[in-house]
Amino acid sequence: MSAYDVMPDIELYQPATVEDATELAARLKGKAWLLAGGQDTYGWLKDRAKTTEAMIDLKGIDALKGIREIPGGVEIGALTTLTEITRHPLIGERYSLLREAAAVVASPQIRNMGTLGGNLCQDTRCWYYRRGLSCYRAGGNICYADSPAGMNREHALFGASRCVAVSPSDTATALSALEATMIVTSRRGSREVPVDDFFVGPDVDIVNMTALADDEVLASVRLPDHWANADFHFEKVADRNVWDFALVSIAAALRMRDGRIESARFVCGGVACVPYRLPAVEQAVVGKPRSESTGEQAARLASRGAEPLNHNQFKAPLMENLVRRALRGKA
Amino acid sequence: MNVKLNRRRFIKGVIASGIAAGTIGHGNAAAGGARPAEAVDRLLSLNINGRTRRVDVLPQETLAHTLRYKLGLTGTKLGCNRGECGACTVLIDDVPHYACSMLTHNARGKTVLTVEGLQQADGTLHPVQQAFVDELAPQCGFCTPGQIMATVGLLRVNPKPTREQARHSLSGNLCRCGAYDHYLNAVMRASGQAT
Ligand SMILES: Cc1cc2nc3c(=O)[nH]c(=O)nc-3n(C[C@H](O)[C@H](O)[C@H](O)COP(=O)(O)OP(=O)(O)OC[C@H]3O[C@@H](n4cnc5c(N)ncnc54)[C@H](O)[C@@H]3O)c2cc1C
Ligand code: SF4
Ligand code: FES
Ligand code: FES
Repeated sequence: MSAYDVMPDIELYQPATVEDATELAARLKGKAWLLAGGQDTYGWLKDRAKTTEAMIDLKGIDALKGIREIPGGVEIGALTTLTEITRHPLIGERYSLLREAAAVVASPQIRNMGTLGGNLCQDTRCWYYRRGLSCYRAGGNICYADSPAGMNREHALFGASRCVAVSPSDTATALSALEATMIVTSRRGSREVPVDDFFVGPDVDIVNMTALADDEVLASVRLPDHWANADFHFEKVADRNVWDFALVSIAAALRMRDGRIESARFVCGGVACVPYRLPAVEQAVVGKPRSESTGEQAARLASRGAEPLNHNQFKAPLMENLVRRALRGKA
Repeated sequence: MNVKLNRRRFIKGVIASGIAAGTIGHGNAAAGGARPAEAVDRLLSLNINGRTRRVDVLPQETLAHTLRYKLGLTGTKLGCNRGECGACTVLIDDVPHYACSMLTHNARGKTVLTVEGLQQADGTLHPVQQAFVDELAPQCGFCTPGQIMATVGLLRVNPKPTREQARHSLSGNLCRCGAYDHYLNAVMRASGQAT
């Protein structure tokens, strides 16, 4: 792949308020790229795989940063860095699942710069697409990954619809298990989007991975009290411990009562274009203790319905084992 | 891959027509149209290694580019230029960042410390640099400025790290020569925990 030293000419806006940012986003609709930490952005622009006329840099907007208690839970500003999330006591004490997920994103330097909002809104890592090939997701009419000679070890088991790319975000998997709500804002007003509707698969929209419209900014993420201090399990399997994206990851939140699971959310990363809920597992574990045998029974349901490609069959047993380990509990 | 594409022709095509570009609602460069006002000022005052430097910076310019090609601070290396190696690590307000993956415009109002800024005016090496020399830590030396800056950043928040903490903090810095253990020895020495 050709590597360029520099990005092409791009105009840069550095608004200091949300109002200015949404105003710019509305005015430059379709011509501007929202910029947070830039850790996903710069690769696209350096490679010329995508271009833009302007960037609207959100990093100078203090109102979009920080972690605070709100009635009913905790709110995290979209511009909060991943490092801050790993260090903040409210996250560590109540939602350690998110801390664990944020702590294994990329590398320390990327976590120092990369933001929660950028991590959630980043684009997929399918290399055909990243390389700038004109595949379905790029507006073309072919999927290179799902072709007889396609390299698809990293691609999806579920929910494929022409495109077989997967969600790259580790924090998305955790926030899905925590039943987060996304607060989205634009000049037209603000709206709340439940996490299950925020991420969209190719059947809904093949060129966008989130429900955000062109002129919308993700302002914050809310975590509900309901899952605070639940029992959690997060695990990410990747080729290397640093930099690499999840081949498969699991985020589980379990509410226990009298030694039994009262309710649960199980979500896998790296197996679909969205964080992939495991409803069959969630239902099967209710009323059971967190144990080896519960894990044994539930694991069988984990990969049900999987449609493996040529090179990613290994992900199905991997999902099953991750469910088993999530239910086994702390050693 | 079942479609053969001449890479150069493809890239040229993309630039000219924007086919593969901008489909994600981010717009595309070929669309044209007047650029609205209020974009950033190109002339920046940056605080680099304790000095104020005035420099003309493109909006999309990375800090690594400004340091190396406009200010002659070539101690900051470019390995991958895409956030995957750590050779370009510098401290921004004491925190390690990849200079290849941040805009110079994001350094406005912040302090930038590069490997050139570590030694004292009389040439005495910074204790971390000295420890890296004493432990013969580098092999080829290409990744060394980045490893040193990651270490300086670590010791500012954690002056006595365990070896495991040091390993974790330096995990965003690849070493093609595999001198990792030597680097960790140097971190332990620099923090007064010589092995
Ligand atoms: C080498 C490398 C390894 C990586 N490994 C991992 C990994 O293991 N796990 C993982 O999860 N990620 C990984 N990443 C991705 C990285 O974590 C994300 O790119 C980073 O968190 C993105 O955050 P950012 O703030 O830098 O995003 P940016 O690049 O600034 O933005 C990313 C996208 O989100 C949009 N966006 C950003 N903020 C908002 C907002 N508030 N509202 C609306 N849209 C917004 C931008 O327009 C852009 O399209 C890796 C990246 C690199 C370069
Ligand atoms: S998996 Fe999706 S992104 Fe990758 S080549 Fe196929 S259509 Fe494109
Ligand atoms: S050159 Fe910046 S991380 Fe490799
Ligand atoms: S010493 Fe050669 S790359 Fe690290």
